[in-house]
Amino acid sequence: MNHTIHFTVNGEPFTLSVASHHTLLQVLREQLVLTGVKNGCEAGECGACTVLMNGEPVNSCLVLAPEADGATIVTVEGLAHDSQLDPLQEAFVAAGATQCGFCTPGILINSRALLDRNPDPTDAEIRAALVGNLCRCTGYIRIIDAVKAAAHAQREVQP
Amino acid sequence: MQPFDYIVPHNFAEASALLMAGNDDTRPLLGGTDLLIRVRGGFIRPERIIDLKQLPGMCDIVRSAEGWLVIGAACTMNQVAGHPLVRQEYELLAQACESVASYQLRNRATVGGNCCNASPAADSAPALYCLEAVMEAYGPSGVRRIPIHEFFTGPRCNALRPGEFLTGIHLPPVPSRSAGAFNKLGRTKIGDISIVSVAVWAEAGSRKLEAGGQSKHPERVDGATRTAADGQSKDAERLTWRIAIGAAGPTPLRAPEAEAALAEDASPEGVARAAQLAAEAARPIDDIRASAAYRRGMVAVLARRGVNSVLARLGAAPSVVGGQP
Repeated sequence: MNHTIHFTVNGEPFTLSVASHHTLLQVLREQLVLTGVKNGCEAGECGACTVLMNGEPVNSCLVLAPEADGATIVTVEGLAHDSQLDPLQEAFVAAGATQCGFCTPGILINSRALLDRNPDPTDAEIRAALVGNLCRCTGYIRIIDAVKAAAHAQREVQP
Repeated sequence: MQPFDYIVPHNFAEASALLMAGNDDTRPLLGGTDLLIRVRGGFIRPERIIDLKQLPGMCDIVRSAEGWLVIGAACTMNQVAGHPLVRQEYELLAQACESVASYQLRNRATVGGNCCNASPAADSAPALYCLEAVMEAYGPSGVRRIPIHEFFTGPRCNALRPGEFLTGIHLPPVPSRSAGAFNKLGRTKIGDISIVSVAVWAEAGSRKLEAGGQSKHPERVDGATRTAADGQSKDAERLTWRIAIGAAGPTPLRAPEAEAALAEDASPEGVARAAQLAAEAARPIDDIRASAAYRRGMVAVLARRGVNSVLARLGAAPSVVGGQP
């Protein structure tokens, strides 16, 4: 059974016909070709598929496509604006917080949500917020450093 | 995933009729964080999934006229943990909800779904046992209220009948002088499923307990009177204790002997004895996550930590001075 959904992805409105049993992850990757959204565990454990849904991070592998009707979605492709990287993306590049890169989109999205609700997180708060994002390459030290640097940079711009 | 239909019912009666007609090939959907994993794994093969989230009240947290807090069955873990009334009065439940999985999972996972799945390791459950929650269900015979300890009937089994679904979780009013602590053990400090967990709650005043340590039927508790009497009744300084254990039995379990012992004696020796009684109330099994013996031992440790934390929050002398937590 197919459903027609209306939703906004990275600022652009879409009307799509989606299958009942497909996930938001499948729709974003396969129908909208937003392959920055990664398919990792498909079980809500790894966080690689994290997107913002109405401003809050969710595992898109655990959202049914028809459940996204009316939602506003932001993927990693929507973080940069006018060729200007998000401060988090700048900080990840500067800190070398990425290696193979598979986990990076989900971590960027989840960190964006963290800084939106808490502009000055402690190490413990960053670790707690990112507990659902697994990285198998670098470990987490540089990732946490990058989130802190981005928070700092952001506060410099918007004190 | 195996194909299925996705249906959003227009009202409670339609939702109930759809669930009634479908039996096992029709499944209710709240957050989906458990359901979709089980479908994907091939453990269940539903033909229809009924999304209950859009029914009235399912995503709301409101105070009833009688002073109870009513949490819609589809409220997410983050929504419950962050709600001002939960944080002020039922902070034990906020602690439990915040301990579940990851932040982004808690944006989807619901407290109602956590209870309906009825995993013995459901982290919201020990808190709800301590708070003596009443589960409200809607079904072919109308609205039915089920005390939480009767709602969990076994591993992955709940008391809902065919065509029934959970609509809300009702929490009785609590005295202002009350505190709780939820402690769990996983493989990691945060984010993992519980190997074992213990919730501890204490409130000023005492209530008559029936056999088995459960309070009288919550529908007969006059919440408004209890709140008004808070701090005025002559036994206000006497503490009523509740202890609930997760992941160490077929369902979450209360530890009535430990609760009664604490009411009599909350000295360091009394706390140690109550912690031992809590361990004896557990009915753990050996499984992939831990042995029964380890779980039982850890119930005592987590119970002691929880009681000491509650005593500290209530301003009583901590029972361990300068010792390990």
